[in-house]
Amino acid sequence: MRGSALRWVGEILITLGVILALFVVYLLWWTGLETALAQRGLSAELGRTTSSTVAPSTGTQATATRVDPAPAVPAVGKPYVRIQIPVLGEDWSWVVVEGVDLPQLALGPGHYPGTAGPGELGNFAVAGHRAGHAAPFEDLDRLKPGDVVKFSFGDDHWSYRVDRSFLTEPTDVGVIDAVPEQPNAVPTKRLMTLTTCDPKYGVRFKRLIVVGTLIEEH
Amino acid sequence: MYAALWALLPGPTAVRVLIVVVLVALALVLLFAVVFPWASQFVPGQDVSVG
Repeated sequence: MRGSALRWVGEILITLGVILALFVVYLLWWTGLETALAQRGLSAELGRTTSSTVAPSTGTQATATRVDPAPAVPAVGKPYVRIQIPVLGEDWSWVVVEGVDLPQLALGPGHYPGTAGPGELGNFAVAGHRAGHAAPFEDLDRLKPGDVVKFSFGDDHWSYRVDRSFLTEPTDVGVIDAVPEQPNAVPTKRLMTLTTCDPKYGVRFKRLIVVGTLIEEH
Repeated sequence: MYAALWALLPGPTAVRVLIVVVLVALALVLLFAVVFPWASQFVPGQDVSVG
């Protein structure tokens, strides 16, 4: 009888172990499939949005000084712009959605609501997963000052040059201020801030922050 | 536990194997569609935003 009880306990523990292993598979791989699937739909949706948006008239303005208006901010969870970081690979390309809560970040990188849009004065802030959910910002730590981060919406493009990257506390909301760490200042620069989790796996998580300045739009 | 569950299943071995396959498949669907999405909110390190 004692052996039988031990056998039950053992089998239950083995079962729990298998379920935990499956949970790891879910977190690191299955969520990636879900995100990849979502990105396919978002990409098509973004394509429809850009083609149905009437190109703003640039009139007689010289193209050299033309400033592209940022696309209209979509509803939460809807596609906003495409982000590309050439140093992370030719194929590195994601559709950024509006919102940075977990349901939106499960779809892809997310734009912090209330922060500037691409190319706008202020701070265009985007968050993305470092692990799981296809980990769009997995290699954000590889970005060096001078690297270029590109955003596009149809024929409009905005390029930012990375100025610096650093680690900070998860509560450091000042990094996404229009003027970083100066909540009430009036912005004069066109900045971009990317945020993700660091370390990739582990405990005592901080935030990896990458800051860039707009260098080109066309 | 599994020996007792196996004894509960009706029919010859082939039928029992079939039932086990179906039950395991159902359990996997339940885990990946319901349990894991719910449990993932408790995993630390999911949050990548400041605030």
